[in-house]
Amino acid sequence: MSFILRCISKWAVNMMINASMPAIHFDKVSRHFGEVKAVDQADLEIRDGEFFSMLGPSGSGKTTCLRMIAGFDKPTSGQIYLYGQNVSDLPPYERDVNTVFQDYALFPHMNVGDNIAYGLMVKKVEKSERTRRVNDMLDLVKLAGYAGRKPSQLSGGQRQRVALARALINHPKVLLLDEPLGALDLKLRQQMQVELKAIQQRVGITFIFVTHDQEEALTMSDRIAVFNEGKIIQVGTPSEIYEKPASPFVAGFVGTSNLVSGEAAKRITGTEQMFSIRPEKIHLGSANGKLDKDMISVDGVVRDVIYLGLFTRYLVEIEGGGDLVVVEQNLKTTSMDVLSAKGQKVRLSWHKDHISHVGG
Amino acid sequence: MLNRVSTYFYQRPGLVLALLLGPPMVYMLVVYLGSLFALLVNSFYYLEEFTGLIVREFTLQTYAQIFNPANREIFFRTATMAGVVTLVDALIAFPLAYYIAKFASPKFKTWLLIAVTIPLWSSYLVRVYAWKLILAKEGILSWFINLFQLDGLLQWLLSFESIGGSSLALSPVGMFIVFVYIWLPYMIIPIQTSLERVPGSLLEASSDLGAKPLQTFRNVILPLAFPGVVAGSIFTFSLTLGDFIIPLVLGNSKYFIGQAVYSYQGTGGNIPLAAAMTMWPVAIMIVYLLTARKLGAFDAL
Repeated sequence: MSFILRCISKWAVNMMINASMPAIHFDKVSRHFGEVKAVDQADLEIRDGEFFSMLGPSGSGKTTCLRMIAGFDKPTSGQIYLYGQNVSDLPPYERDVNTVFQDYALFPHMNVGDNIAYGLMVKKVEKSERTRRVNDMLDLVKLAGYAGRKPSQLSGGQRQRVALARALINHPKVLLLDEPLGALDLKLRQQMQVELKAIQQRVGITFIFVTHDQEEALTMSDRIAVFNEGKIIQVGTPSEIYEKPASPFVAGFVGTSNLVSGEAAKRITGTEQMFSIRPEKIHLGSANGKLDKDMISVDGVVRDVIYLGLFTRYLVEIEGGGDLVVVEQNLKTTSMDVLSAKGQKVRLSWHKDHISHVGG
Repeated sequence: MLNRVSTYFYQRPGLVLALLLGPPMVYMLVVYLGSLFALLVNSFYYLEEFTGLIVREFTLQTYAQIFNPANREIFFRTATMAGVVTLVDALIAFPLAYYIAKFASPKFKTWLLIAVTIPLWSSYLVRVYAWKLILAKEGILSWFINLFQLDGLLQWLLSFESIGGSSLALSPVGMFIVFVYIWLPYMIIPIQTSLERVPGSLLEASSDLGAKPLQTFRNVILPLAFPGVVAGSIFTFSLTLGDFIIPLVLGNSKYFIGQAVYSYQGTGGNIPLAAAMTMWPVAIMIVYLLTARKLGAFDAL
């Protein structure tokens, strides 16, 4: 009896360890190319089963991080763990990780079926088993009946799906996606974003998605890491990243933001510390309007008005110097109304929770 | 004035095309195909044995002659040499081309490509005679063979009737060595070009999907570079097939096709037979090229 209990408790402990084990763990990982620090002292934990995005401008180190997880590149220093196993020195073919490449990297001399079956073929999986799993994958990516085509006969979106199927057929522990939607047109990209997310939830594999498109990252991710100049600036959920940017860079890179510092900041918040406020959080009112409590306000003059149909963008010069961009939806106003606002004195106000101090 | 001229041509694209393509097309048709046609016509004439004059009447008897045992042997000998030279050139060229295309730094790559092509700048004859000296009994190669005490091995090799001879400089083995050397650049360049076009991401993808390096080589690199190998083999095979200098300088009394043609049309004065003999390699190369085209070799040239 006690033996059984011990077994059960051991099993429970193991389960807990597995559940709490990060899919990917970066321990002070650096990758230097000569003088260039592509990745510098990155610490990162990616949880089991999450859709994780690495977001940043080109050259920020996000792709290098992905390549180090895949094994195409080795860290100059630091360690990478895949579910607790140190994989820093393993070649790509010994890692339980698969990649969807930016250019898809489909084998041009093989048809779609052979491309998808490639991982099984090199592992010498039986032919009938291969065919069965290829067909399952073709169903998953909605390409049933395309097995006999050559990659050159497919559209960009279809190639994308083949690349996804080819990577997923191996049941990797982690799937890496290197800007996979970059080459698609806007409409197809939005459609693939939804589909990718659905597939991820269906297969339950950890997805690591590299992108420079902040909207894409916000749409799809459970969590986002924002990269800049080889460093991870902030890690958080999309709303944390958007609502509470930790640095001026994040505030500016994810969405648009007003950064206020110096004299103007002192007038508004009482300190000169820089803060950011999103344009859509600002309410545009008449100069003598009343304020609710918890609201912060500043007076200014409208310098420019851009009517954009769905909304209007105002440029307001505030007291203490500097301009704030304000975006208001055109719920009741027409173009004539908003354009006449130019030159008027206005009072800008927002809830005090909507500002985030970004240091600097 | 200049404006009016360009406008005149702009409005007549057909004329521009004719002016651009006309001269090379005339050259191609008259000089190139014309001479080949003359060859073909001559191969249907025959040489009158008694008078030693060429009879310009249509006959197939010249073609019958090229199937006699002696000529068949010449043909077989030449084709075997061309085949073996092509195979060995491909084996030597592939690793080198792979290194140049995928591993060498841009600067080193330039130097390697210069090194590969620089022998082509010097005269082919000079290089063949240089090899005759290298391979000679008292040559530098023999000196090295002596140094490593491999004399016995060389003598054993030269003792085979089909490939041996009195020395390396007068044997099919020697010819083989020189053929491989002379045509090697023509194999390296097309293979390197085709490997250059294989994106690095394909090799990464293969490795990512679990293929070990050898599996990646067999399943991805080799199939994608194969058109380049075929393209290179077109050069090495056809150049060996038609060459008569190397057999003349380094060979023994056993003829190659090129030599046979040379002697039939020269000392023999039998132009029809020389022409018919030439049709052999032409026929082989037409079949070879058609097969090569099917394999996609021309995309790699």
